[in-house]
Amino acid sequence: MTLPKQVLQALAGIVGSQSIRVSRTALETYASDGLPTHHRRPGAVVLPDGRDQVVRIVEVLAHHGVPFVARGAGTGLSGGALAGPDAVVIVLTRLNRIIAIDPSNRHATVEPGVVNVHLSEAAAPHGLHYAPDPSSQTVCTIGGNVAENAGGPHCLKYGVTSNHILELEVVLPNGEVATLGSRGGEPWGPDLVGLFVGSEGMFGIATRITVRLTPIPRQIQTLLADFSSVRAAGEAVSSIIASGLLPSALEMLDRACVAAVEASIYAAGYPTDAEAVLLVDVDGRDAGAVQAEAHDVETILREHGARTVRMATEESQRARLWQGRKKAFGALGRISPDLIVQDAVVPRSALPDVLERIADIAATYRVKVSNVFHAGDGNLHPNINFDRRNRDEFRRVEAASAAIMSACIDAGGSITGEHGVGIDKLRYMPLMFDGDTLAAMRATRRAFDPEELSNPGKVVPVHACREWSAARSLRRAEVVA
Amino acid sequence: MSSSDGSIERRLRALVGPDGQMTTDDDGTPNVAPSTATGCALVLRTASAEGWRVRIVGNGSWIPPDAPAELTLSSRGLGQVEDVHAADLVATVQSGVDQHALREALADRGTWWPVDAPGDRRSVGSLVATATAGPLRSGFGNIRDHLLGLTIVTADGHILNYGGRVAKNVAGFDLTKLATGSFGAFGFISSVHLRLRPIPRADATLTTNDRRDALLGQGQAILDAGITPSALELLSPVAGSTDDWTLGVRLIGSDATVEAERAAVAAACTARWTSLSSRNAADFWRDVQQRATQHATTIRVGCVITGLRQAINLVLHHLDDATITASIGAGVVRWSGSASAARLQLLRRTAAQVEMPVTIERAPWPLRNELGHFGLCREGVNRLMGSLRHTFDPQSTLTVALAGRQ
Repeated sequence: MTLPKQVLQALAGIVGSQSIRVSRTALETYASDGLPTHHRRPGAVVLPDGRDQVVRIVEVLAHHGVPFVARGAGTGLSGGALAGPDAVVIVLTRLNRIIAIDPSNRHATVEPGVVNVHLSEAAAPHGLHYAPDPSSQTVCTIGGNVAENAGGPHCLKYGVTSNHILELEVVLPNGEVATLGSRGGEPWGPDLVGLFVGSEGMFGIATRITVRLTPIPRQIQTLLADFSSVRAAGEAVSSIIASGLLPSALEMLDRACVAAVEASIYAAGYPTDAEAVLLVDVDGRDAGAVQAEAHDVETILREHGARTVRMATEESQRARLWQGRKKAFGALGRISPDLIVQDAVVPRSALPDVLERIADIAATYRVKVSNVFHAGDGNLHPNINFDRRNRDEFRRVEAASAAIMSACIDAGGSITGEHGVGIDKLRYMPLMFDGDTLAAMRATRRAFDPEELSNPGKVVPVHACREWSAARSLRRAEVVA
Repeated sequence: MSSSDGSIERRLRALVGPDGQMTTDDDGTPNVAPSTATGCALVLRTASAEGWRVRIVGNGSWIPPDAPAELTLSSRGLGQVEDVHAADLVATVQSGVDQHALREALADRGTWWPVDAPGDRRSVGSLVATATAGPLRSGFGNIRDHLLGLTIVTADGHILNYGGRVAKNVAGFDLTKLATGSFGAFGFISSVHLRLRPIPRADATLTTNDRRDALLGQGQAILDAGITPSALELLSPVAGSTDDWTLGVRLIGSDATVEAERAAVAAACTARWTSLSSRNAADFWRDVQQRATQHATTIRVGCVITGLRQAINLVLHHLDDATITASIGAGVVRWSGSASAARLQLLRRTAAQVEMPVTIERAPWPLRNELGHFGLCREGVNRLMGSLRHTFDPQSTLTVALAGRQ
């Protein structure tokens, strides 16, 4: 343990001795997130029960120059919520109150530890829900969703987290509290809400979040189409999007993923002899309109070679089909000791080519890759099953991951669509951004956090940043003087 | 203000070369319009080093080019629609592209950018830098929701590329959001990546006239029924050129969806609706866009949906009933008219007490300088805004009044 004793005493004085963890065993719980390839044990963990405790904790840490990392449910997939032995993890799961639901204004105010799906359940009696639905929505928290700008299958129609955050109360890294945005959604000054969402905990800690709520669609039809080639399925996706139809979700699973799902307790009845299946949701207020749009989608699917198209309108049928998709990562987790869930985005039209390239990469590096992803957004999730105890295999997995990222960037894509950079993708950032743009990102972070205490070492690879102008201009002024 | 001996003009001509466009503004300020981001960077780097103040302009049809500066940097030379990728619903356009030219270029490819900002012949850069959304924000969101990334040149000449051409992207901090709606305070936007939509299959407009509060009630009833129209816009008598207030509803989507929503709107409220022909609907919404520029000043007031009545009352009390529009689904009131800085400041202070931000969208420089586009923000936010401005414009090269003097 490298944290000063007086810091630990001060923290215990704020949260009470029952809400601070310092033993090696207890800290191990917080040494990983949902990505198994990174492991860092923090110096201490504190579990505040409200905003005021968060403020006092941050003030103490800022005073002593101790880095800190905010953490929600720990379901992140980029190592973003990991902290080293010189840092303190601030766990926000006890800040879990739904403060208000305002149906007339279609918004709700919550604390960051509220579980995503719990908010939708609470809003449901008003005919509303919180639309972003990451696969981990039954456990992940709204605060974590804000930090990562989380997505989900239905973001195709309804948008990602940043489209749904109206106002944020944040504790800045010096302990100061600021309110960004407004409950109506109009910025109060520059769009600092938009800047804060997705900043991966490096600008401060959100302690109160006002989110937009969306009417629950009254009618939903789910279509399952299967194809004899991934390319045909990918081309069907592009045609649906270009047609002017806007499904609420458009997901693809490849053969390997279907096999894993169908061999698990999450079996959804997907055809195991298909090379790819598409799962499509069409929703709206009116049954006739939804049926007409579903028919149009079916026509396009068949025109692109779908072998069969099944429609599910009953909730139980739909739930079964979606269970297979939402629990696919769990099903994949059964077939090897370790699983990497990768995340990248490519232009939709590049999907067929990139998927073929990923298959080539898997063959080259002799790794097991399966794909389950948000096809309508071009947001890929290549999953790699492996056993980290096999060092040779682990090296090949790492090399294959890097090759997949390069392939996506070459196709005009991005290294992450919803999982964030964290520490896992730091090394790829220079492939996407030049030194000036990276320096601008770091300088922006320093406007919020001059001492770089909040979640240090994530997102921006400092070594790749060029010198930034504000610092340069200061030195120039000194020379002139 | 221009350099009396013409030295700035000579330096600029050398920088932009024979292909660069140079003119002189009405106030004698040299106006330079490079045709590349690199050209813009050269100009800004030189200006920053020399201590010249720079004002950024688009077509000059929204905010007048009247800020005090040694030179004007215009997006006029950046007029290319670089790429429209219909299959991916993405376009990359330079910031000087005129909104009408953009609409035509996109329509040729079967695509559409769902932004109907007020003003006429505005450049894309102006729309993004000022984040002025129109009635469609009720259904499609604000400008920020239709951007995938942009290229910006900072005040001292760094060229920064944010975002990209993909539908989702969380690599790095979202500096596109910071640049959008910051009135150019963080740099000169040279190009943007747009998120497009296919041209709608069906597009219907319904209107009705009544007293203001009755129409606000009708709008709330539509929302309470779970309907989210693409536009749900309330117009004052002056804005609607009628004796009474007007409520305009725009429904966009597939044929079946639009017909179903038309029936749902009729069932949700008691109003007697007039269904406009395509041509009349186009005229109706164009008038809404253009009336905002008939006066010198335009402001917007943000509020929650149930606060719209109070927000309009505040505007009517402190200003006048010139041109008022309200996006009911988005909780935004827009006023266009003429008012003194003192009156606007009083409105802003009163509105702040009820948590309603007031943004000066356009006004003559003396008023912008006095009030600032945003004025003083909340505790904590002012410090952040100042730090961010210093980060991106350490020499205070860009004459943009975010906070104002009051």
